[in-house]
Amino acid sequence: MSNDIKIKKGLDIKLKGEAEKTTEKAVLSNFYTLRPEDFHGVIPKLILKEGAKVQAGEPIFYDKSNEAVKFVSPVSGEIIEIQRAEKRRIVGIKIQADKEQSYQDYGQFNVDAVDAETVKAHLLATGCWAFIKQRPYDIIAKPDRAPKAIFISAYASAPLAADLDYVLQGKEAELQAAVTALSKLTEGKVHVSIGSKSNSPLAGLSNITLHKVSGPHPSGNVGTQINKIDPVNKGEVVWTVAAQDLVIIGELLLTGKFNAERIVALVGSSVKKPRYFVTKIASEVSTMVYDNGVEQNSNDRIISGNVLTGKHVKPDGYLDYYSNTITVIPEGDDYEFFGWNKPVFDKISSSRALTFSWLTPNKKYDLDTNTNGEHRNFVLTGNYEEVFPFDIYPMQILKACLYQDLDEMEALGMYEVAPEDFALTEFVCVSKQPHQQIIRKGLDVMIKEIG
Amino acid sequence: MGLKSNLHSLKEKYRGTKMAPAFNALHTFLYAPNETTHSGSHIRVVDDLKRTMNTVIMALVPCLIFGMFNAGYQHHLALGEIGRADGFFSAIFWSWDNLVIGLWKVLPLVIVSYGVGLAIEFLFAVIKGHEVEEGYLVTGMLVPLIVPIDTPLWMLGVAVAFGVVIGKEVFGGTGMNILNPALTIRAFLFFAYPTWMSGDKVWVHGAVARDKAIAAGQNVDAISGETVLGSLAQNHEPSYSVAEMFFGMIPGSVGETSTMLILLGALFLIFTKIGSWRIIVSTVAGALTMGLIFNFVVAQGWISESSKFFGLMNTTWWHHLLIGGFAFGAVYMATDPVTGSQTNIGKWYYGFFIGFISILIRVFNPAYPEGVMLAILLMNVFAPTIDHYVVQGNVKKRMKRLKVKTA
Repeated sequence: MSNDIKIKKGLDIKLKGEAEKTTEKAVLSNFYTLRPEDFHGVIPKLILKEGAKVQAGEPIFYDKSNEAVKFVSPVSGEIIEIQRAEKRRIVGIKIQADKEQSYQDYGQFNVDAVDAETVKAHLLATGCWAFIKQRPYDIIAKPDRAPKAIFISAYASAPLAADLDYVLQGKEAELQAAVTALSKLTEGKVHVSIGSKSNSPLAGLSNITLHKVSGPHPSGNVGTQINKIDPVNKGEVVWTVAAQDLVIIGELLLTGKFNAERIVALVGSSVKKPRYFVTKIASEVSTMVYDNGVEQNSNDRIISGNVLTGKHVKPDGYLDYYSNTITVIPEGDDYEFFGWNKPVFDKISSSRALTFSWLTPNKKYDLDTNTNGEHRNFVLTGNYEEVFPFDIYPMQILKACLYQDLDEMEALGMYEVAPEDFALTEFVCVSKQPHQQIIRKGLDVMIKEIG
Repeated sequence: MGLKSNLHSLKEKYRGTKMAPAFNALHTFLYAPNETTHSGSHIRVVDDLKRTMNTVIMALVPCLIFGMFNAGYQHHLALGEIGRADGFFSAIFWSWDNLVIGLWKVLPLVIVSYGVGLAIEFLFAVIKGHEVEEGYLVTGMLVPLIVPIDTPLWMLGVAVAFGVVIGKEVFGGTGMNILNPALTIRAFLFFAYPTWMSGDKVWVHGAVARDKAIAAGQNVDAISGETVLGSLAQNHEPSYSVAEMFFGMIPGSVGETSTMLILLGALFLIFTKIGSWRIIVSTVAGALTMGLIFNFVVAQGWISESSKFFGLMNTTWWHHLLIGGFAFGAVYMATDPVTGSQTNIGKWYYGFFIGFISILIRVFNPAYPEGVMLAILLMNVFAPTIDHYVVQGNVKKRMKRLKVKTA
């Protein structure tokens, strides 16, 4: 049985450089770097010191505010560097990988036979807890609060995002194990959303409530689905897990090994042959990017994630802990003569003010990172609502975050949103306001003041 | 690209200095900046505030050009030098003579409006260290179009200075103001210099000068340039046909007369998604509703012909859209996104009340038979209240959801 979710408001951004559906093994990365900044709000406390040998799946650090939440190494090898910023804040843990990988063995785990506490303890100990996020606040889930429901989106609608139907095919056993384990952790349901026309490997799972979503981006965002299925009220918590991370959780439960392998899409207009790669969490992006059509020292931006929500990484940077896409697009650090008033055919516009993208809705664009204008106060109204399917007033909540009125933020629906939900309003913003940053800061204020 | 790299090195030179905003304003006018995204979404739409404002200006240009011809046409017509134009494309209207007077009278208004306003904008940007914002590009174009043709330039300069400083900059610049700056300027002119802003002597170029000459004892005829509204307010039958009102060949503020061109501008703004169709439609609906109410009152015989309100009450309901500044206000002023209602539902109420109150003021205030300015300013003040209730509706829904859960 499935329920349909139809999203009307939104925008599909069509870009050049979609990944061809072939998968290659990426060159093995020599170095892996875990960056604590991937885990928002986590202050790392090291378990292992520089120079220590680790096995894949062995905990390296834990969260200062909750010792139970462990973070494990994606590979076996030696910790060769703890990178620190000012005030000795840890920004990276660099691991040199062994040629022969060895895994910490957590043993097979029979999910059907155990209770919730055991499942929880197992996921915490094995580092799988890092994949479980919670709303409100879009942070790693607090293990002491049971969620009212768990949401999994198996439909990617973001521009150039990896096709989840493709990367998850054949992983039914792992997915089922992970979902069964998760279903023990909530009194409520495990909601799984798939595309209405897809043949997702998640469609046949048991212990889930299936939803079919259709419509433009952000229909695939888990936040949109939560808002339509069972919105978060004050005092409630829901958990979310990205579909590709279920595979890692499932494999751990089935085999006892933390296998950080992940299929990643290399996309974007700067990539000559966009396609899929098998690689590992936290591996060097250069192992994929340069062998496949991105020129060395070219003026491109490498993004770990999709163009709307990903992180800007340097050419010697590393794959984000949660990303399954690497996007490479040209930098836009150039001037354009009379760029503000001449007719525009080759860029996407949300208006028709001498911009003609409305004439060619199916054209694929080659966008760069130029802001196409300067930062201004909020001026236009009504244009965010066109791409924002939530039952929330986007501009009003952004302004409430800017002046940090906690009561108003709460009343307007701050518990329901994550920064990624404001990626499209940010994209169409004429005033070039940093929406995701505003929301992130607003959420952080709430964590601090309300908890 | 010599110019591009020269400007780039100049920009680097000014970076961090007091003059940087002033330089950047000129630089970004020539070149879209080389800024790239730093946080959040890595790509952005091509639209920015400059393009948005420019679109509104494009929608205003036909009104400006028509206003220039009309200035000359009304002048020559009042002097008896030419006859009535017989249609929109009449050669009598679109003549060189008319245009020359229009250029001579209207261009200085435009130059003073932009000159004074932008000078203040630059000054504030330099003092406060923020970029020069684009809001004034539209305001500066609106102002000359909503003043009488013979407005002395010094008066306009003073009003613009007042409007930009008090109406906008003290609140924090574009995006922060409560009242529409162009209407603030217009209201300042109206209350500070009422003799220049209303009556039957200000709408046609030369009328004031003629009056002075007569007062000085010269034997010349007075020029009368009564607007349609003015004559209706005095229970006179207006001497213009509906077609003339629609085309705009009537006395009035510089750019507000041609309902036809304003309608084209409205369609352009709605098509480009820059102007809010909700506000435009609801404003018109509000005005028509009030017009119908007054017609009903007349039809019921509740008001006698000798009443001083009779002339305007008896005006056919939809003629209200054609006369006075109503159409101009509804399309170009009420739709200002900053001072208007910001929620889609709120926009309907906001617009409806503007139209409704415009006609109400128009009919009951014969001393100043133009209500759209005051109606919009009034609703500017109430727009946040409207939005508050709309947003509270959303908040209540959320509270209710919580209650159902906990009950």
